[in-house]
Amino acid sequence: MRYLIYLAIGVLFGLVMFKSEAASWFRIYEMFQFGSFHMYGIIGSALAIGIVGVQVIKRKDLKPLGGGKMNLHDKERSVTRYLVGGIIFGLGWALVGACPGPMYVLLGAGYSAIILVLIGAIAGTFLYGLIKEKLPH
Amino acid sequence: MNWITNPWPWYISGPLIALIMFMLLATGKKFGMSSNLRTVCAAVGAGRTSQFFRYDWRADRWNLMVVLGAIIGGFLASNYMSDNTVIINPAVAQQLSEEYNIQSAGENYLPLEIFGTEALSNPYTIILLIVGGVLVGFGARYAGGCTSGHAISGLSNLQLPSLIAVVGFFIGGLSMVHLIFPLIF
Repeated sequence: MRYLIYLAIGVLFGLVMFKSEAASWFRIYEMFQFGSFHMYGIIGSALAIGIVGVQVIKRKDLKPLGGGKMNLHDKERSVTRYLVGGIIFGLGWALVGACPGPMYVLLGAGYSAIILVLIGAIAGTFLYGLIKEKLPH
Repeated sequence: MNWITNPWPWYISGPLIALIMFMLLATGKKFGMSSNLRTVCAAVGAGRTSQFFRYDWRADRWNLMVVLGAIIGGFLASNYMSDNTVIINPAVAQQLSEEYNIQSAGENYLPLEIFGTEALSNPYTIILLIVGGVLVGFGARYAGGCTSGHAISGLSNLQLPSLIAVVGFFIGGLSMVHLIFPLIF
């Protein structure tokens, strides 16, 4: 039953990513060319509502439906891993025009070439696991 | 019924993304679409080679359900709710056409010059797609999150590390489009 809820959330996510065109290479390219407000509007409005909502959750100490604690943790302080990791991620994001979520959405939409990107992403994740201890964090 | 087939505007899409984040928080989880890649690695036995994948991935099976849902959502949207074209700023479309010979802006959802079946017979395109994927997967884990985990979840929680990561995303993205594209396309 619980798994069906996550499946439904995933379906909604897929619809929103595809219909907002956030899963389109063209929109990502246009964003990095500052050619349209569209992508900034999506991220900005999600963020505006997100910030207010998270503040409400924290101030009122709201709990998840099944009890327990809200999954809102402070991230480890550092600069290197976030900046360097972020730059590497951004290079890939602009090249393939898709971040991890939209990759799955595009797979469902039938773009078989995205399988190559997904294989790459899994390989990249695996590579990180292999050399993690040698990287500055 | 035009709202079904037309693209959804940012002021509908953005709030829906926030809603998705809150739904995941309400079920005790969090919104982040790249950690499932680690779950996949762990599930196929990567724990044998690295401590990083040696954890109870079964507790993360929920995010594989979200992934399955995203695939279904993409299928439904593409087949029943869209004409699969994306109209972008005409100046950007023209620049794509003139500088990179990418002509399919306004005609397709993705540039067929990169993602079409014909492009896949070109080894160069295949390498670009795989390298792009590796950068996304590696970078997301190094940075500890992607667009959803940092730009939406982390920034919503006012996390300075997420702001640093998002600045990184844009340094990387802008460098790729403005400095590297002219060299590789």
